[in-house]
Amino acid sequence: MSTVTDKESPVEQAGDSPKRKAKAKAHWRERLRRDWPLLLMAAPMMILVWGFWWIPTLGNVVAFQDYKPFTGGIFGSRLVGFTHFQVLFADSEFLRAMVNTLSITAFQLVFYFPVPIALALLMHSIASERLRAMLQSVVYLPYFFSWVLVIAIFQQMLGGAGLLSQILRSNGFEGVDWMTDPDTFILLVTSQAIWKEAGFGAIIFLAALAAIDPNQYEAAAVDGAGRWRRLWHITLPGIRPVIVLLLILRLGDALNVGFEQFFLQRSAVGSQASEVFDTFVYYSGIRTGDFDYGAAAGLFKGVVGLVLILAANKFAHMLGERGVYSKS
Amino acid sequence: MSSRNRPAWEEKPSAAGLAAKGASIVVIALLILFPLYTIALTSLSSGDTVNRVGGLVIWPGDGVTFEAYEQMFRNPVVLRSLVVSLGITAVGTFISVVVSILGAYSLSRPGSFGHKTILFSVLLMFVIFPGLIPVYLWVSAIGLRDNYLAIILPMAVSAFNVVVLRAFFMSIPQELFDSARIDGAGEFRVLWQIVAPLSKAVIAVVTLFYAVAYWNNWFNAFLYLDDTGKWPLALVLRTYVVESAPLPQASGLQDAPPTLAVKMAIVMIAIIPALIIYPFVQKHFKKGVIIGAVKG
Repeated sequence: MSTVTDKESPVEQAGDSPKRKAKAKAHWRERLRRDWPLLLMAAPMMILVWGFWWIPTLGNVVAFQDYKPFTGGIFGSRLVGFTHFQVLFADSEFLRAMVNTLSITAFQLVFYFPVPIALALLMHSIASERLRAMLQSVVYLPYFFSWVLVIAIFQQMLGGAGLLSQILRSNGFEGVDWMTDPDTFILLVTSQAIWKEAGFGAIIFLAALAAIDPNQYEAAAVDGAGRWRRLWHITLPGIRPVIVLLLILRLGDALNVGFEQFFLQRSAVGSQASEVFDTFVYYSGIRTGDFDYGAAAGLFKGVVGLVLILAANKFAHMLGERGVYSKS
Repeated sequence: MSSRNRPAWEEKPSAAGLAAKGASIVVIALLILFPLYTIALTSLSSGDTVNRVGGLVIWPGDGVTFEAYEQMFRNPVVLRSLVVSLGITAVGTFISVVVSILGAYSLSRPGSFGHKTILFSVLLMFVIFPGLIPVYLWVSAIGLRDNYLAIILPMAVSAFNVVVLRAFFMSIPQELFDSARIDGAGEFRVLWQIVAPLSKAVIAVVTLFYAVAYWNNWFNAFLYLDDTGKWPLALVLRTYVVESAPLPQASGLQDAPPTLAVKMAIVMIAIIPALIIYPFVQKHFKKGVIIGAVKG
């Protein structure tokens, strides 16, 4: 949930004093002489960003090649245009990955998205500061566990040999194994996501709640609005911009449901239920060695994802929200 | 302790409302803490207790023993992976934090030479991703296979962390910079003596984020480290606990499938560093994260 804006911040605009503008207009050679320490500072970051982000991004050209890792390499392989993409759209495995990804996104929009909001409302309403701080410490904690840990923990609780089965069996019932059941997989991954991330996701709503002017509550109470009417008429409208923004962002990110969570559980539940875009890229590309085909699937996802994010952002602007970025 | 005083206009909470709220707090806390408790208790139980119970131990009373931890540390695979993870986390976090602070400081001075280009190559990382396959081919092509740098370098710069740092640096009053410059301080001095001391909280949060990312990372190791003797703890945890399998080829190390208590001890070892650092950094979350998110 990165809600980062690349809009030049107010501070920066404030810094645009006439003096600074005059500086910016200086000849480039003069600016270089003045700013070389800043360039030196940025150099290690730029080497890493270009070396491990933008150069590999250019490597997406293999999606248009008949890529031969050993005999051709990226410069010696033949270009084949959109062949891989044509095969991709007829590939039932790929279509299933697409359907699974979109269903999981839709499901989590309904069953995951409101949880951090509810949690923030609950925590905000706790009067004792100490109790609230304790609850915050507890609910943020799982965010820092890796997916490996979270799945190991769920396995120990809900798996075939897990605690729940153990208790059921010792009381004469049949055990359950939700870790390998494809039918309930969507419930499983959503509860895992809630367990791991809903607490941390509440931080941003808590900040929005704290920013609501307390005088509004008092005025409403004096006018005779009860607890629920204050919630409906002051609290929720107060955090609406954040809710709308995060909702739009999530829609823009619809193709991303996370890789590790699905990759780690794919062998347990089978690919029918657990194949998503990212796992498809791994299995079709790296596992089988069809790098060009896997790269085509990855590139398709990247381009559609970019279009979705830009559209979501545009939409946010139309609604008068700030969006993730805006023209500086 | 310090209870927020209820304003005069706020109605007294009803008993039913308080009970419902209290119950939800307890349930939420238990959902998170109970699994951790029973895993911790099992890791501290003897093999006999675990066998008698037939799984995870819920009730204390059979005594606490460090048997499982002793066994775990006698297993050279686990011990080695723990050292590897600590090393990767320490070196990686150091590189990331230094590179990000320098880069973010450079990005916090608009109008400087090349500022726009540098800013855009970082900001575009939020929307354009290289994709798994091109990165895999590139990292393999430049000869980083079986090299720990293959884990560290691809994740060394997080655009999010850089933007969080930059936003904080930019919120520092301009006058401080101006007066330092009049005193003749160069950019490095300004960063080290003025900006860094003022930014301790946000640097602590960013350090935690990087350290957690390195500690938890297993996928880069899985992709690039063919020699299982070099595997970090997270990957060993995945193999032993999630897959319940021995390591694919244990590079000459003895590799016995661990018992449940030992598995839970491995889980605990993977959790403990986060538990130790967390309380120190947690109080800064709001500052760091919200500044990055809202002001960015």
